Amino acid sequence: MSNSLEDRVVELIRRAATFLPTDIESALKNAHDKEESEIGRLILQSMLRNVEISKTEGLPLCQDTGSITFYVKSEGPLNIIEKVLTGATARATDEIPLRPNMVDVFTGENSGNNLGRYSPFIVWEPASAFGQIELTVLLKGAGSDNMTSTAMLNPTDGIEGVERFVLNRIVEAGGKPCPPTIIGVGIGGSSDAALFLSKKALLREVGSKNTNAEAATLEKRLLLAINSTGIGPMGLGGRWTSLWVNVEHAHRHTASFPVAASMACWALRRASMFIDESEISEIGQETKG
Amino acid sequence: MRFQVLTTPLSERDVRDLRIGDIIHLDGKIVVARDRAHSRLHELAIAGKAPPFELWGSAIYHCGLLVRRVGEQWEILAAGPTTSARMERFQPEIISRFGVRMVIGKGGMGALTSRAMGEFGAVYCAITGGAGALMAKAIKRVEGVKWIELGTPEAIWLLAIEKMGPMVVAIDSHGSSLYDEVHRRAKEFLESRQECSEV
Repeated sequence: MSNSLEDRVVELIRRAATFLPTDIESALKNAHDKEESEIGRLILQSMLRNVEISKTEGLPLCQDTGSITFYVKSEGPLNIIEKVLTGATARATDEIPLRPNMVDVFTGENSGNNLGRYSPFIVWEPASAFGQIELTVLLKGAGSDNMTSTAMLNPTDGIEGVERFVLNRIVEAGGKPCPPTIIGVGIGGSSDAALFLSKKALLREVGSKNTNAEAATLEKRLLLAINSTGIGPMGLGGRWTSLWVNVEHAHRHTASFPVAASMACWALRRASMFIDESEISEIGQETKG
Repeated sequence: MRFQVLTTPLSERDVRDLRIGDIIHLDGKIVVARDRAHSRLHELAIAGKAPPFELWGSAIYHCGLLVRRVGEQWEILAAGPTTSARMERFQPEIISRFGVRMVIGKGGMGALTSRAMGEFGAVYCAITGGAGALMAKAIKRVEGVKWIELGTPEAIWLLAIEKMGPMVVAIDSHGSSLYDEVHRRAKEFLESRQECSEV
């Protein structure tokens, strides 16, 4: 199946793989201008040069073009959207190209086109506006994803426990997740909800605040503490360990206090687009015909 | 900061001169290998067999390339470093038995590798993670590829390079590690913070 919508999704993946979102590029430039460590500044400078080369030559920012997750806000029909996203993933792997990253969990065999069981991973959510589908793609590199961490705190540990957990994980991760990172923290919910929220937090813009005042305070306190650890760009020392922290929260069971921290490397590759629902029904008609 | 241009093959003297914090640009050749290629190199090292490319005086780069096949040629599109810690269990034997003088990657390596580097005379250099497009610019040619059946990211590659960098000497051959220093300071910060909140 090839159609104009699939073409647009391939372009969306291309945009995510080759253009650093402007909110993150501005944050990197700001970090570069204010970094006190000489080595840190040199590293940030090569990140910014890399962003320029990718932009002008259409090359993927990083050789690890990640595992692919689509976040879809839609009322359906999900089967047609899923077909478009799967088709676009295989084509994007060949055309951009993306590195074929996905392997069978038992045999280690590489599928060669980034398709596989639950790949691309699709997260469905109800649409926010009638008749409109919102599509976001996240290409998540393994270096930072391997540093994801979750814990079930004692409820009496409270928000202080959350801070301690996140800071410990960041110090243990050191340079591995390619700092300066963007940190997503999920608190509350059940264990899976906390993890889901920590990932989803990475989609929120760098520079934005949680609308809940306490969550916003936690974001600010965490960023300040993280950037006092001295880990710095690529873990080689310096001020900028993280560019930003986003917290998402959910009601929790009274006896549980789940927390999860997801880390994104400085090259956080995400891109979004809107699709009109009529485009999907047209594809549905063609498939039937 | 001390800036230096080095050319492979590297001698013991070349690397013994280096100290943590030095900035390197590398000329010559690099051998690209990650998880599965390291596992195979390790097996060969233990069995006393030869590696697929000459590694004496070489620089090994922890990287899973993004490549495109164009006719009979390979085009390198992105070539940033991968997390080196995953290679820790294989690296010491590969360094000492095959004569590797430089390991390049990101995120640092552990005490076993650091000790092997001190004993044999080798260094670890950190390259900017995610700078895949920038590093691809420094790669001039593909000189060889083996173990391609592992898939392009896991195969072992021999590449000609020009002024690859900047890279930071992060573990030297005298037992110093920039990561250990940074980690120690970060732990001290965490401990002082905990004391504050307890007061």
